[in-house]
Amino acid sequence: MAGEREPISMDTFLRGIWRENPVFVMLLGMCPVLAVTNTTANALAMGLATTFVLVCSMALISVLRDLIPKEVRIASFIVIIATFVTIVDYAIQAISLELYSALGAFIQLIVVNCMILGRAEAFASRQPLLKTLVNSLGVGLGFTLALLCLGSVRELLGAGELLGVPVLGEAFQPWVVMLLPPGGFFVLAGWLLLFAWIKERRDHRAKTAKEATADGR
Amino acid sequence: MSAEQPTGQPPQPPAPTPSARLIATLGGIALVAGVLVVSVVEWTRPMIEANRAQALQEAVLAVVPDAVESRAFVLTDTGLVPAEQAQADGPLVHAGYDAQGRFTGAALEASGRGYADVIRFLYGYDPECQCILGISVLQSQETPGLGDRIETDPDFQASFEGLDASLNEQGTGLAHPIRAVEPGESDAPGEIDAITGATVSSEAVVDALHDSADDLLPRLAPHWSSLERSE
Repeated sequence: MAGEREPISMDTFLRGIWRENPVFVMLLGMCPVLAVTNTTANALAMGLATTFVLVCSMALISVLRDLIPKEVRIASFIVIIATFVTIVDYAIQAISLELYSALGAFIQLIVVNCMILGRAEAFASRQPLLKTLVNSLGVGLGFTLALLCLGSVRELLGAGELLGVPVLGEAFQPWVVMLLPPGGFFVLAGWLLLFAWIKERRDHRAKTAKEATADGR
Repeated sequence: MSAEQPTGQPPQPPAPTPSARLIATLGGIALVAGVLVVSVVEWTRPMIEANRAQALQEAVLAVVPDAVESRAFVLTDTGLVPAEQAQADGPLVHAGYDAQGRFTGAALEASGRGYADVIRFLYGYDPECQCILGISVLQSQETPGLGDRIETDPDFQASFEGLDASLNEQGTGLAHPIRAVEPGESDAPGEIDAITGATVSSEAVVDALHDSADDLLPRLAPHWSSLERSE
């Protein structure tokens, strides 16, 4: 695991995507994960917006980390995060009103995404700028990928489409429940089951391999 | 996972930072944040306004089928005044004109409480046939897959085209109330089939349409001729 003085490596970046994936491993930021992943496009927009906020605010926090006294660090972090959320909020309105109304209040709610505050506390406030940038990009990408995993499955089953393009044909009867909040829980549970199963199998293999070498001696 | 947390000895309680430094830090951060937010707001404002205007324009042209351009008017006590010159507030009337500059119909705004939140929509009206031309939803938070079919259901959308909205003999209201009925049971003028599974949303749209048309169309009736192109 990373110590405070460990050099930047590929692992700094990849950790957020796989081993410490904010959604599937850490179970952080569940509110947008469940709420706005009803279509692939919404999931992608939400993921990118969160990534932007994460990278920008972590960079600023990392630069200012020696100037911010411990007593007011949470307040400072929140103000910095809220600033970038407001910027994203206006940027999305400028890009597409349709997207803005689809994402609704969840853009503003990025402020209270505990994943971002968690990164600020645990990483950006202790690490130099470059390392923070690399790590935040990885975590943001991991978050985006996780949202896409949910969004694509929900759109596929709930509407028979992917990114608005029909793929399952006319005969497919959409499972409307997949677009509704319960569908978010079902699909999230499905992915978590899959990842837990993969992890268990890998652990099991590693264990038998270890025992085999131990017996061989 | 906890390697990022400090381990080992609990740190000595640090000496409290002087309040002035705390205030200066928070003030400085708030200042930077304020400057950033204001500049972004200023920078994006024209784009957001253009987006809104374009969305409205598209909706107007969608509900007045033959129109290629639209102009906004405000209905005041004295008649229809172009929106740029209007002094008083009043209902907006978007007049649609075809390529030859002929007045082809008007788009009016209506809103009503839906299942989740207020539904705002535009409807087109043709004074010549005294009928509704179509509706286009501007704002809705209806349930995806159920209530939002007021926007996507082709049969529901089509049922507004040519819907009778003639005035009664006294010219005080609609001759036939516009109302939603059980799916498949519409047979009288002014009746619209509700959508199965989206009853609340479709009734909200139809009721809002009735209220708006019943109120606005009698007031607009004497003024339609003033919308004929007069440059």
